Amino acid sequence: MSTHPNRKEPSEPERYELQEGPAYIFAVNRREFFGIAGAGLLIIATAPSTEAQRGGESGSLEARLHIAEDGVITILTGKIEEGQGPRTELSMAAAEELRVPLGRVRMLMADTDRTPNDGITAGSGSTPRTVPLVRKASAAARGLLLAAAGRQWDVDRTRLEVRDGAVTHADKRYTYAELARSPELAAAYKDALPADIAVTDARDWRILGTPHPRLDGREIVTGSHQYPSDIVRPEMLYGRVLRAPSYGATLAGADLTAARKMPGVTAVHDGAFVGCAAPTTYAARKALEAISATAQWKRAEHPSSDTLFEYLKQHAKEQGRVRAQARGSVEQGLAEAKRRLKATYRTAYVQHAPMEPRAAVAEWQDGRLTVWTGTSNPFSVRQQLAETFRMTPDRVRVIVPDMGGGFGGKHTGEAAIEAARLAKEAGRPVKLQWTRAEEFMWAYFRPAALIEVEAGLDAGGTLAAWDFTNYNSGGSALDTPYRIANTRVRFVESEAPLRQGSYRCLAATANNFAREAFTDELAEAAGKDPLEFRLAHLDNERIKNVLVTAAERFGWAERRKKRRTGAGIGLACGTEKNSVVAACVEVEVDHASGVPRLIEIVEAFECGAILNPANLRSQVEGCIMMGLGPALREEIQFKDGRLTNGRFASYRAPRFRDVPKADVILLDRKDLEPAGAGETPIIAVAPAIANAVFDVTGKRVRSMPIRVPPG
Amino acid sequence: MATIRFTINGKTRSVDTEPDRPLLEVVREDLALTGTKYGCGEGQCGACTVLLDGKPVFSCLTPVRAAEGRKIVTIEGLAEGGKLHHVQQAFLDEGAMQCGYCTPGIVLRTVALLDGHPKPTEEQVIDGLNGSLCRCSGYHRILAAVRRAAESADSKG
Repeated sequence: MSTHPNRKEPSEPERYELQEGPAYIFAVNRREFFGIAGAGLLIIATAPSTEAQRGGESGSLEARLHIAEDGVITILTGKIEEGQGPRTELSMAAAEELRVPLGRVRMLMADTDRTPNDGITAGSGSTPRTVPLVRKASAAARGLLLAAAGRQWDVDRTRLEVRDGAVTHADKRYTYAELARSPELAAAYKDALPADIAVTDARDWRILGTPHPRLDGREIVTGSHQYPSDIVRPEMLYGRVLRAPSYGATLAGADLTAARKMPGVTAVHDGAFVGCAAPTTYAARKALEAISATAQWKRAEHPSSDTLFEYLKQHAKEQGRVRAQARGSVEQGLAEAKRRLKATYRTAYVQHAPMEPRAAVAEWQDGRLTVWTGTSNPFSVRQQLAETFRMTPDRVRVIVPDMGGGFGGKHTGEAAIEAARLAKEAGRPVKLQWTRAEEFMWAYFRPAALIEVEAGLDAGGTLAAWDFTNYNSGGSALDTPYRIANTRVRFVESEAPLRQGSYRCLAATANNFAREAFTDELAEAAGKDPLEFRLAHLDNERIKNVLVTAAERFGWAERRKKRRTGAGIGLACGTEKNSVVAACVEVEVDHASGVPRLIEIVEAFECGAILNPANLRSQVEGCIMMGLGPALREEIQFKDGRLTNGRFASYRAPRFRDVPKADVILLDRKDLEPAGAGETPIIAVAPAIANAVFDVTGKRVRSMPIRVPPG
Repeated sequence: MATIRFTINGKTRSVDTEPDRPLLEVVREDLALTGTKYGCGEGQCGACTVLLDGKPVFSCLTPVRAAEGRKIVTIEGLAEGGKLHHVQQAFLDEGAMQCGYCTPGIVLRTVALLDGHPKPTEEQVIDGLNGSLCRCSGYHRILAAVRRAAESADSKG
């Protein structure tokens, strides 16, 4: 019996991370070249090893935690806040271990000059990796301060009390700030943190585990929080970049003369890069229009979304890097099966479309470059900037103000590089915010998936064989959690027609959609109730638990017997990133459009010990609503190298009108380590809807977005 | 260029600018009120919402000349003397924000909604807010905040 799904994480990151070369190779002028050569720094592109970069993992206390004279404790982390809640959760973790009120803790996040490198903010990693680092550093600091007080008073530390940022004994009291000045501690601050620091057991938590609203909520509701696109610098200009009219088109020529004659306009043409900067966005737009009118492009062939899935299959790299896992013999299992079923599932390309499009403000001063930008990967963007501008990384500073959403879509630094190039030319700070149209077309996409699956049932209606292949979209949650003797699961890369990368829960959504929808087909073939069929094949107690919890709250058994007229019910479950989820839904179908409507959802989620129930609820509700988009309507369409629906008017994201009745059940497992929770709750939504659509229409749907075939 | 005069957050201002410039850009770039956000430039997401004579408008599609002689309220103009507007307080109390980029626009839409319908029906809430997108998709918390705001205004009499 396994209680830790995915405990053995593959050494290869499950993330289907976008890997691509530099966006621009800028020309080097002669003076710069000799400047670099003279300094003996011709080779600066060598990245430090991943281990060394992750300074946070083995770093010192002083890299992680500061105590100021006024008793305010600052926690430093290279993680970024994009609405998923680490600013509050990490503050809570520090307050918990330091035994101080939450209001005493400040977070300093994602500033490459000042914070440790905690790696990319992705893959639900902040909770299992960064929260423990902060807990340990805070517990270590408390231990050092206690020991210092004990030495002062010559009292054993076990007899000291810690409360409200001070150490007390009898009538004696030292604040943390007073103790922190002890000269004997100076060396300890610099030492690497020991690995075996005890942290507070989840059952004894006082701050963690209780609901806390976002600490910066007041700034958000008053409009005073500055997002990357809100940063203003003295003498700052506003930038615009010339984009190709279609994918694959290359610039044959452009005349910048007219733009350069406009007041206050700087225009740059450097290799493949053409852009301009002006005193207002309006003026920059006019200048870019003037340049655009002269631009000549060499167009390239590009496939259409109409033939996307054929394209993905034809361009599958079967001979390339195929990721496969197997148990038993799938060939033999299928051959011996009493009944065999086969199906193909398709999921469309979707765009993250965070509310804040990519943005950056770049400023050059005394040979140093500072960029405020919205990225999940500040240290990597610093490295990209350093390479692009041929500098050492220590001369580049990247700061990520809490940004307006990402969902896995901002792992890159395009706007940072573009703003920096413009600022370099202008000799003044430049702000560049991508337009929504640019964000739709030039940001990377969640990969489309083609999934082929075949399964066999034995005479008793038990799953005996499972053969599952994902083309193009990724290997997350690829394996089945069901007990099957003979399995083969594969992820085969394909030649992607669009730039593709991470997205909230990656390919787990596509893989779980296919698996859970197909599991319902198999249950039907076996003559079993979908819930009973799943429970009979599950060994994972955590999945069973959320499934049963959701089904009971939903009233699955009763509602299977007596359905509301015109409505169908369905369920799905899954596991990814060491958390488990199950959803039961009721849907209606609009027969004219074939689009289902989600009427009600009950979702149960368990991610170990809950850090902040308020934030967790928001994440689960957000996942349900965000998941509804690609489940029902979101689908990137393209033709002749252009998006045909690259705007919110035609790319239909979930809105207030789509909100269903939702009942979210959070199971708290104080006995398990906390797991990240911003992603997995998304994976049960679409398949539960697909299964409910079958329930009401008798038709199987095998694609996302879900469309009920007419007739 | 033209001189456009209006009242913004209770203060009379005049700006010399191109009259067809979007109000959004004038507010953000000339008046340094960055609480109003760019989201799509096509009137589809509501991040740029401001109140023009009390009515929500997409400032990305509103040329600045259309504000001549009128009253503008942006998110910065809601709290008075450091005290939050009860709609802001309700959003704070419900935790009705994730990244928060859509929050100013949705708060302003809620202010206008409750102004017209102090006790809105569900349909009126949807109609009032549907022009705003939240990509973190925190719609459940936002709807709870709107209900809370309606109740808190009610209890104040």
